[in-house]
Amino acid sequence: MSTAAETPGLAVDIAGLHKSFGPVEVLRGIDMQVKRGEVVCIIGPSGSGKSTLLRCVNLLEEPTAGSVVVNEVELTDPDVDIDAARTKIGMVFQSFNLFSHLNVLNNITVAQIKVLKRGKAEAERTALANLERVGLTGRGTAMPSELSGGQQQRVAIARALSMNPDVMLFDEPTSALDPELVGDVLAVMRRLADEGMTMLVVTHEMQFAREVADRVLFMDGGVIVEEGLSEEVIGDPQEERTRAFLSRVLNPVHVNGPD
Amino acid sequence: MAMSKRKRARVVRGVQYGILVAVILVVALTANWTKIRTTFFDLEVAGDMFPEVITVGLFNTVVYTALGFGFGLGLALVLALMRLSVVRVNRWIAGIYIEFFRGLPALLVILAVGTGIPLAFGTFLDKYVALMIALGIVASAYMAETLRAGIQAVPRGQVEAARSLGMSPGRTMVTIVIPQAFKIILPPLTNELILLTKDSSLALFLGASVSEYELTQFGRVALNESRSLTPVLVAGICYLIITIPLSYLSRYLERRTGGRKLGTPESTEVKA
Repeated sequence: MSTAAETPGLAVDIAGLHKSFGPVEVLRGIDMQVKRGEVVCIIGPSGSGKSTLLRCVNLLEEPTAGSVVVNEVELTDPDVDIDAARTKIGMVFQSFNLFSHLNVLNNITVAQIKVLKRGKAEAERTALANLERVGLTGRGTAMPSELSGGQQQRVAIARALSMNPDVMLFDEPTSALDPELVGDVLAVMRRLADEGMTMLVVTHEMQFAREVADRVLFMDGGVIVEEGLSEEVIGDPQEERTRAFLSRVLNPVHVNGPD
Repeated sequence: MAMSKRKRARVVRGVQYGILVAVILVVALTANWTKIRTTFFDLEVAGDMFPEVITVGLFNTVVYTALGFGFGLGLALVLALMRLSVVRVNRWIAGIYIEFFRGLPALLVILAVGTGIPLAFGTFLDKYVALMIALGIVASAYMAETLRAGIQAVPRGQVEAARSLGMSPGRTMVTIVIPQAFKIILPPLTNELILLTKDSSLALFLGASVSEYELTQFGRVALNESRSLTPVLVAGICYLIITIPLSYLSRYLERRTGGRKLGTPESTEVKA
């Protein structure tokens, strides 16, 4: 399934990335690459800058310095059509962000029609196919408020997939979900990874990171502290900060509370 | 004398009812009911007003209000977007416009447009067009601020989702933000429509041919002819026929959107 073999090259190439909010420097020099077809998970404590890093990949946050290249297009170049570039970068948010005034089907078709200029019939065909892909066949006429969080998140994934993106970004996609709904979303993501989708995932789901990710980055204080194969970083962390974080996340009973 | 709190409350309530009953009795016994009835509700005078009070008066009131509201809403949308513009000059112009026209009596604006424009430009200004512009200007100053608040109340995540799908800022505004903003501000907009319905009565200061009379002017002319206050009462009832359903609609919409938060169920936008 993977297209990585035929098309060598990088899906995401970030160099010297800095991001400040006012006087607060959230990202302090990030260099990272994601190969085509690769699944990379970013882990780290709250406030480590991992969500900001992800949001810099499609320029939802404007980097203060450094370059972001996605599929050979340098997004940080001011002359680049960022809207066109974003159609190839799917994003899934922690809080789903389904358009609350549109039903499920229209949530998925609106950008296809208005941005990609697809016909209504084609857009709906794509939407229905992707709804089936995330296991929500037949829910097209439901409003977002009528769905559970897990269902909303799967619609959000279908919405992003319907643009036929080259890369999918996931920003803590299961953090706002009730525990019993997390599995459905992770299952969809796992299938996507198996199909060869290039994925960059900010997550607290260590088991998912370990089993699905090719590589894991551990971030703390605005820098990448440790990176490597997922079983190495999670199973046998080399850095003290990584070890401390993982022991807190994996044995939450021993700490006072979540971060 | 010590009285328990509950007992005192009961006494106070009793005294209030007593006063109310006394007032009603005094009015009912001393008033000249025949005179009052012929003054305020002379059936013959009321009958003479029909059907024109509906086909002309009520009709024109609705038309003037609708024209003014439509024009004002369009203007308000432009002003609201200017208020939120990244271009500072746009924000200034809209801000000055809003402050200016919110601070003026509607009557002055109507006179300025209705008599000022024809004088200044030496043109004839159709009554309907004049009122559409004047009422629109009055309403837009209020609605612009309501709309701005509505646009700002749309959760940020909605904009981010739209932008991440490749929508331009303008497309995001038109397709995603404004429809949701309207849902949020429907109750205050309905209230604005009620206020404008009443403001349309100021049209009578512009002078009009018989077919252009709205409710208040219609009532005033009938008042002069009949020497009975009945036309005022009839016109008043006609206004209430418009405004009371609107105010129920407004309250219904408020209940419907008030309890449920629009947008996604995000209360915690905490980001690492």
